[in-house]
Amino acid sequence: MKLDAKIPSGALADKWTDYKAHTKLVSPANKRKHTILIVGTGLAGGGAAAALGELGYKVKAFCYQDSARRAHSIAAQGGINAAKNYQNDGDTVFRLFYDTIKGGDFRAREANTYRLAEISNEIIDHCVAQGVPFAREYSGYLANRTFGGAQVSRTFYARGQTGQQLLLGAYNSLNAQVNAGNVEILERTEMLDLIVIDGIARGIVVRDMVSGEVSSHFGDAVLLCTGGYSNVFFLSTSAKGCNGSALWRAYKRGAGFANPSFTQIHPTAIPQAGDFQSKLTLMSESLRNDGRVWVPKKAGDDRPPAQIPEDERDYYLERIYPSFGNMVPRDVASRNAKNVCDEGRGIGKTKRGVYLDFAAAIERLGKDVIKDRYGNLFEMYEMINDENPYETPMMIYPAPHYTMGGLWVDYDLMSTIPGLFVLGEANFSDHGANRLGASALMQGLADGFFVIPNTLGAYIAEGKHPDVDPSCDAVREVEQSAKALNEKLLSINGSRTVDYFHRAMGMIMLDKCGMARSEEGLNEAIEKIRELRKEFWADVKVPGIGESLNQELEKAGRVADYFDLAELMCIDARERNESCGGHFREEYKTDEGEAKRDDENFRHVSVWEFMGEGQAPKAHKEELEFEYVELTQRSYK
Amino acid sequence: MKLTLEIWRQKNADDKGHFETYELDDVSTHMSFLEMLDVLNQDLIKNGEEPVAFDHDCREAICGTCGFVINGVAHGHMKRNTVCQLHMRNFKDGDHLVLEPWRAKAFPLVRDLIVDRSAFERIQRAGGFISARTGSAPDANSILIPKPEAEAAMDFAECIGCGACVASCPNGAAMLFVGARIAHLGFLPQGQPEREERARAMVSVMEHEGFGACTNFTSCEATCPKGISIVGIAKMNKDYSQAKLFGGGKLGGK
Repeated sequence: MKLDAKIPSGALADKWTDYKAHTKLVSPANKRKHTILIVGTGLAGGGAAAALGELGYKVKAFCYQDSARRAHSIAAQGGINAAKNYQNDGDTVFRLFYDTIKGGDFRAREANTYRLAEISNEIIDHCVAQGVPFAREYSGYLANRTFGGAQVSRTFYARGQTGQQLLLGAYNSLNAQVNAGNVEILERTEMLDLIVIDGIARGIVVRDMVSGEVSSHFGDAVLLCTGGYSNVFFLSTSAKGCNGSALWRAYKRGAGFANPSFTQIHPTAIPQAGDFQSKLTLMSESLRNDGRVWVPKKAGDDRPPAQIPEDERDYYLERIYPSFGNMVPRDVASRNAKNVCDEGRGIGKTKRGVYLDFAAAIERLGKDVIKDRYGNLFEMYEMINDENPYETPMMIYPAPHYTMGGLWVDYDLMSTIPGLFVLGEANFSDHGANRLGASALMQGLADGFFVIPNTLGAYIAEGKHPDVDPSCDAVREVEQSAKALNEKLLSINGSRTVDYFHRAMGMIMLDKCGMARSEEGLNEAIEKIRELRKEFWADVKVPGIGESLNQELEKAGRVADYFDLAELMCIDARERNESCGGHFREEYKTDEGEAKRDDENFRHVSVWEFMGEGQAPKAHKEELEFEYVELTQRSYK
Repeated sequence: MKLTLEIWRQKNADDKGHFETYELDDVSTHMSFLEMLDVLNQDLIKNGEEPVAFDHDCREAICGTCGFVINGVAHGHMKRNTVCQLHMRNFKDGDHLVLEPWRAKAFPLVRDLIVDRSAFERIQRAGGFISARTGSAPDANSILIPKPEAEAAMDFAECIGCGACVASCPNGAAMLFVGARIAHLGFLPQGQPEREERARAMVSVMEHEGFGACTNFTSCEATCPKGISIVGIAKMNKDYSQAKLFGGGKLGGK
């Protein structure tokens, strides 16, 4: 496996402009001769499908949901960053770039992250043009708020539903292209495998989730925009259907998997209520703008929050990190929540929770202002917890939320398989070892609307792309293996449900490969995952048939892949003998308990190559060069 | 607590379908309605039966995937809610609950509680957008939008497209859904150039798809999980009549 990031030469600030000026183009008349397959219709996939449709490519977009509008980008709450500097508070493209790369603990590529910051401003312009109703001041100008890891206000938002509004913007643009005849959308269709012919990605095998029919689609490029794989933990903030199967099956066909263990455990989710729980609900990071995080000073203090006097509360983030306070990045906030709970100072029934208190903000700003900013989040909290956050502090606890790891891509967003591009959360490229808040939406839209329309052209222009023979051996083999996998799952007819296995795997992962990891724990996890996987393949029960709507079969295929992915995550975490961002190895910490990087030995992207079933994956490295930022101990104190 | 569920079971569009009764003994008040169904399904699978198929995804009341009728009310009796965020503490021990899929001519049944809402997609594709080519946009602050207009647009943009409005309308009308998008874009300056054509195109497809007409029952607004107002329907009617009466003309007179 060859890893050539293809980073353009020249000064950091000029790379993208120069790239666009010199890249090969496809003539307007020729674009419609090229079919592009796009899997996933969130901000990255929906954006790419719309933008490529506008350019005249023939686009086929696939999503497992019954509508492209339901992709999980829709659930993002807080906002989207851009370096507009509308607040005159000293923001620049370089500062957004620097905050992002520092927030990622210097484990992302300079060139990609800079391009992201550069594009951020165009995104806001475009979204407003699409009709995204961002929050505004009374003057009619756009409003901003602050997010974690930044000391400027650069986050644009639409109430607590920014993801929904941005996705509807992309969805509307996508619909305009369907209307124009450039894009076809296949809903309730799940990708089962990638068709690679002569080393080049040429198509996908999909299953119609209503009829169960398995079919192949061919094109000149395949774009995977399938989001992250946090559901490997079973309980996460992802939608129930979010899965890592498209990525995993592409990995098995030769795509390198980069930094699989880099996962984000988000600090502010609603704590788990019971064993039946099916998912965790996020409370936006934006709440930390006005909410103060605290726990009792004394371990085992069971008094209700109102009865704990001010001097017996520990506002631990404000105490430990006076300059960023409650707005420290997510990895830092999560780790500290875990630490205070480990000390026995956690709150709530399970003692795995901390308070997020709005009393001071309500006193300072009034209830109306708080309601205006977070009304829908407060409503949602009350619906779930039956407590009124205007009167009593919220209870929160970290939850798996986002995966920075993903398929390896070069500057063009192309994976190690020519013709296979990976966009948005599904790739690894921009967030390093920890993603800052309000930057996932930014990356999805940047990749979809602004990067791929420029980089795909070069690939299309350079290649020949002969038609695929649908009955050739390569296609047959992929179709057969996809069908065989489903038949195997249906034939086991064991005694335990898919959810049983998924839940058990999730608990192992959260315990050993979550907020804190150690070599010993990871070894144990790998052992346990292998045992559980064996049990899965011998004893899982998948009812029904393949030739009809079968939600258990869908889940079983995804969980089967999660077992393998979970193992790779643990291997990757074990191999990285340092702490960085969300990857916290207990063996590697500073005297103050912060993550301790080892830049000499681990200033690289770990890329894994599939070597066959039951074989150990092969490790590759992409060394990271830092020309424009100095690698420092990340401090938010 | 104990519950009796009567659930509509239907294998596919051709199957006749019937109600099946299930007794649940140990329902926790902390569960969401869908988690309660998850527990039922786990039991059904273990007993060798097929689980109840229902649509769901984000379980945060934002994706709009889930929805069915509980005792005659779309998304159940709690106001401004979806079934994924409806919690069992809102029910009583011994309750008898009847679960049916959305019933509307324009939403054919797929399986059990799942219906086909693709008619919504075809309406949106007809004109539910602003044709803004990527790369064309001026600076985001170059067109000011007064806060009240931006807020009004947002009020309508909150629609999650779940279909409860159609299911609860005695006429099976989709006007709240269609009006929501028309009002969302219609309140914004960026939405003006295509405003009339948008209404004309969307309404025309809506009628063709077999949705009924509005006769002011307002049950759509009452059951809408996002509280979308029927003002959107008025906006739709206004834009549509304007388009029909005065639209399509040549402003230049030639």
